[in-house]
Amino acid sequence: MSDTTLLVFRGDSIKTGTEQPFQVPVQEGMVVLDAIHWIQAHAATDLACRWNCKAAKCGSCSAEINGRPRLMCKTRLDEFAGEPIHVWPMRAFPLIKDLVTDVAWNYLVNAEITPFTPKTDEPVPYRMAADDVERVFEFRRCIECFLCQDVCHVLRDHDQKAAYYGPRYMVRIAGLEMHPKDTVNRTALLHREAGIGMCNITKCCQDVCPEHIRITDNAIIPLKERVAGRYYDPIAWVGRKLFGSKAD
Amino acid sequence: MAWWIEPALTVVSYVGFFAYATWSVFSGTYVFADPYVSPFFSTWIGFGTFKLPVIGLLVPFLAVIPLGLRVTCYYYRKEYYRAFFRDPTACARGEGVRGRYTGETRFPLVLWNLHRYALLLTIVVTVFLGVDVVRAFIYHGHFFVGLGSVVMLVNVILLSGYTFSCHSLRHLAGGGLDCYSCVKAGKARHRLADALNRLNPRHGWFAWVSMFSVGLTDIYVRLVMAGFHEPRWIA
Repeated sequence: MSDTTLLVFRGDSIKTGTEQPFQVPVQEGMVVLDAIHWIQAHAATDLACRWNCKAAKCGSCSAEINGRPRLMCKTRLDEFAGEPIHVWPMRAFPLIKDLVTDVAWNYLVNAEITPFTPKTDEPVPYRMAADDVERVFEFRRCIECFLCQDVCHVLRDHDQKAAYYGPRYMVRIAGLEMHPKDTVNRTALLHREAGIGMCNITKCCQDVCPEHIRITDNAIIPLKERVAGRYYDPIAWVGRKLFGSKAD
Repeated sequence: MAWWIEPALTVVSYVGFFAYATWSVFSGTYVFADPYVSPFFSTWIGFGTFKLPVIGLLVPFLAVIPLGLRVTCYYYRKEYYRAFFRDPTACARGEGVRGRYTGETRFPLVLWNLHRYALLLTIVVTVFLGVDVVRAFIYHGHFFVGLGSVVMLVNVILLSGYTFSCHSLRHLAGGGLDCYSCVKAGKARHRLADALNRLNPRHGWFAWVSMFSVGLTDIYVRLVMAGFHEPRWIA
């Protein structure tokens, strides 16, 4: 059994906190979260870390491992082949302590989105054609780990949380907008409050998604196209004037 | 691979292609070697070269159409925002240039919302390129296969792959619908959108290879013009 070095962020402020080194014995198949648990058990019992399922399904153990936003429970130690492993908290959100950040802002954003709204007389259970719902399945895989929010440079580097909801909520809105039984048009929300125009398609959110949701290609860009059709397309504008359209 | 290699390669490739394409289009030479024509000059109509002076004048303006598609393309946006504007430099690597960030909400970037029009015009250009490829297989009224015919065919396949894997086309074809079974021709539109959706993940690959294939096809036609003896077969 060999050892590996973990350099774990410690502190309650990104500015004043520091990395603390730990030598962790490695066993085959270990992931970073296992190493963090070993540190908690043997070297630093006050190390703060959020986790829950340890199966890459709850989205709790998000962190930045060697500078890349990842789930600690899905990142194997043997990927790093003896190199030091730097473990930091997500930097797009306020730090509480060590690896734990305050992600409450995300839930406030979520509350601003009009939820699924079927017709009032829609028979239950819903009957839907497979062709109509297959697109939405991808968006329902989201585990709300907020890695996409963390890596989004609009939120992370420009701190434009007042102007942009972030990729996670573009995925949620896409799932609602493309749902065949939903009756609400959220294009105006996307254009204004959700700030879809702030996204400049750099696809980092898609790169880090542990569920491999094609966030930019299948959620953000289709929504941008809907906004373009509603607010920027001159021929579509003429068409609406001549033939009318669904209200926003 | 170090994080800076991809943006560096992107800058070199885009600047190189743009410089070469600009030089080729404005060089004053109509790149034509019967029966081949460079994709930069594929706007001529009719057989023969007698129409070239008139159409040739339009070439620089028509070349703006595929350029417009690439500039407003969602894939290229990712590449040049990262490589040229460093916004961001790379994922979770910070920003190159600080200042008030407005994304694509202000002029001129807000114009990128008109990407669909660049796409529709480029489809017309692609049809012209397809006609040029057909002509490249006909030499003095006989079926003909030369290395240049194959080069032009591969080029137009790659350009078509790039054009038809476009996100805007997927939206226009049916991706913009919420309920396929609720509209006329919904089944057909779903099939079309689904087919384009399968092509879409390769959009970035097509973007790169078609950019190089256009430049290399132009170079090849120039080589034939200069007297390069290519392998040919005439029926």
